[in-house]
Amino acid sequence: MKKNKILLEILFFVIGLGICITLQATGIISSAKLLIVEYIGIYIIAVMGINIINGYLGIFAMSHAGIMAVGSYMAGLAGIYFFSSQSTFPLAILAGGLAATVIGMLIALSSFKVSGDYLAIITLGFTLIIKNIFQNWQFVGGANGLKPIPHNTTLVWVFIFVAFTFICMKRFVNSKYGRVLKAMRADSVASELMSVNLKKVKLVAFAFSSFFIGIAGGLLAHLLSYTNANSFGYSMIVDGMIMVYLGGIGSLTGSIVGATIWQILVNALRSIGTYRWILGGIILILVMIFMPKGLFGDKELTWESIKEFFARLKAGKKKKTAIDAPHEEDE
Amino acid sequence: MTVVFQQLVNIIQLGSIYALLAIGFSLVYGISGLVNFAHGAIVMFGAYTIFFVSTMMYKITNATFVVFVVSLLVAAILSALVFVLIEKLAYKPLRNAPKVSVVVTSVGVGLILEYTMLNLFGAAAKRMPALFVNTNYDILGVKTTSVKLIVIAVSIITMIVLNLFIKKTKMGVALRAVSQDPVAANYMGISTDTITSVSFAIGAIIATIGAALYASTYPMIDPYIGDYINWCSFIAAVLGGVGSIAGAMLGGYLLGAINIIAPLALPVSSYKDIVAFGILIIALLIKPTGLLGKKINQKV
Repeated sequence: MKKNKILLEILFFVIGLGICITLQATGIISSAKLLIVEYIGIYIIAVMGINIINGYLGIFAMSHAGIMAVGSYMAGLAGIYFFSSQSTFPLAILAGGLAATVIGMLIALSSFKVSGDYLAIITLGFTLIIKNIFQNWQFVGGANGLKPIPHNTTLVWVFIFVAFTFICMKRFVNSKYGRVLKAMRADSVASELMSVNLKKVKLVAFAFSSFFIGIAGGLLAHLLSYTNANSFGYSMIVDGMIMVYLGGIGSLTGSIVGATIWQILVNALRSIGTYRWILGGIILILVMIFMPKGLFGDKELTWESIKEFFARLKAGKKKKTAIDAPHEEDE
Repeated sequence: MTVVFQQLVNIIQLGSIYALLAIGFSLVYGISGLVNFAHGAIVMFGAYTIFFVSTMMYKITNATFVVFVVSLLVAAILSALVFVLIEKLAYKPLRNAPKVSVVVTSVGVGLILEYTMLNLFGAAAKRMPALFVNTNYDILGVKTTSVKLIVIAVSIITMIVLNLFIKKTKMGVALRAVSQDPVAANYMGISTDTITSVSFAIGAIIATIGAALYASTYPMIDPYIGDYINWCSFIAAVLGGVGSIAGAMLGGYLLGAINIIAPLALPVSSYKDIVAFGILIIALLIKPTGLLGKKINQKV
């Protein structure tokens, strides 16, 4: 059974890779649409990263914009000075991820003592400080931003990184740490009594999450060939939050769906102008009112859950036609 | 010495504005526990209403005082109505939902307000007409303007009135009761729903007064001013201790002081955000529940 699952995963990976290669090589879809797909992929990585802190750990953090900026600048610098070719480009992205990890661990240190909305302010402060440093640092271009970064991000690379992130995340969430995160969100005192080392877990979670947010930032920099501190401000913080909470706190597949919906709304609906933000606001409010935990809540979309859904659908239909008493008790 | 007093006037002026903005934020937070990301948008809405009403009024009359009072009244009533309506439509269904969902809803509300204004009136910045007569004064060498003094006076009067309202009136007592314990307050015959709406209305009115003072100091207004105001009021309110009115006041004046002093003390003024937020982070690390916030005992 387990072997089958792994084979299935590999099959999906290969099919996805094949689709990406054909999309990129044959030019079936226009380059503008290709860009949107790439955006979606990059934000899926970032949102899964954010979800570890904001969703699984349950900390209302606003540091993701700053962390992404660090990843973006570091990957950009590495791309300019060391790894400028297509083959060494993953190393530049990796450098961005590692730099982001360091910053993430620094932010985690402040979460040891402060919590709740006060921690939210501290994480916001980190983002704004990082932004301000990059804006004033002439070595990285100051207010003009860092350019020209080699344009190496392609759809295939984005897909590979998304797959890598998803596999890592899935392993992490189902590991000891992932379970501890959920326990801490439910009740941090009780989990501490169960001999969970809160500080260590927070540090690991922040480091892990920041690494992937940094990777997303790096991919973004190499996609656009430039990076600017100004783009990592208010709108990035708000966008990140929206995508995580829209998809569902504590659900990886939810993050994927949340990122996809929001990026399509923001990028593909440019024809309706700024009205798309109003539409986005309305969607956000409606989702929150009718599904306060986000579209997926803390459930994952898996084969089992899809099968279960259809099974329930069938059962529901049966109930309408012929009443099945024991079934009703089950529900 | 005069330089010190000169800057002191500036600090009090800027601090008063921040304090008002933070109080509006903190009031809503204290009652409903909502980190309101739509607060900046409400301030922006108030500023736009004041802009339109005052421009219209100036066509009829030249009396600055009348224009100020009328436009402030209209704007305050309008934004209070809008905010209460938002509360009923968007926040009330979420009374029992996780806190974070309400925060995200407020992000959505902020987006809708911001971009509705943008689509109605365009992205170009508008110049607010002068709401106060501007004359220059020279008191013992300290140069100041009537606008600065009026800003300080209006905000201090607002704070005193608010304080009296909360301390002395029946409604104020109910507000404090709900902020302390909504469930127990409900048992005592206080309608939590009404009080929440009242807190939103008062929050909006104070935000509008803050908007008037903000716009008379920085006369260029555009649909995006809300974003910056959001951070300012959020930071000031949290620095002082969320939910505490006195804390919000203190936080506002501190933020004003940091904003005025940091560029003077630093060689490069563009680094002032780093210093401001550095101080903020250190302050919170030393006192994790804000300067005037109560220590929360976690129940197990």
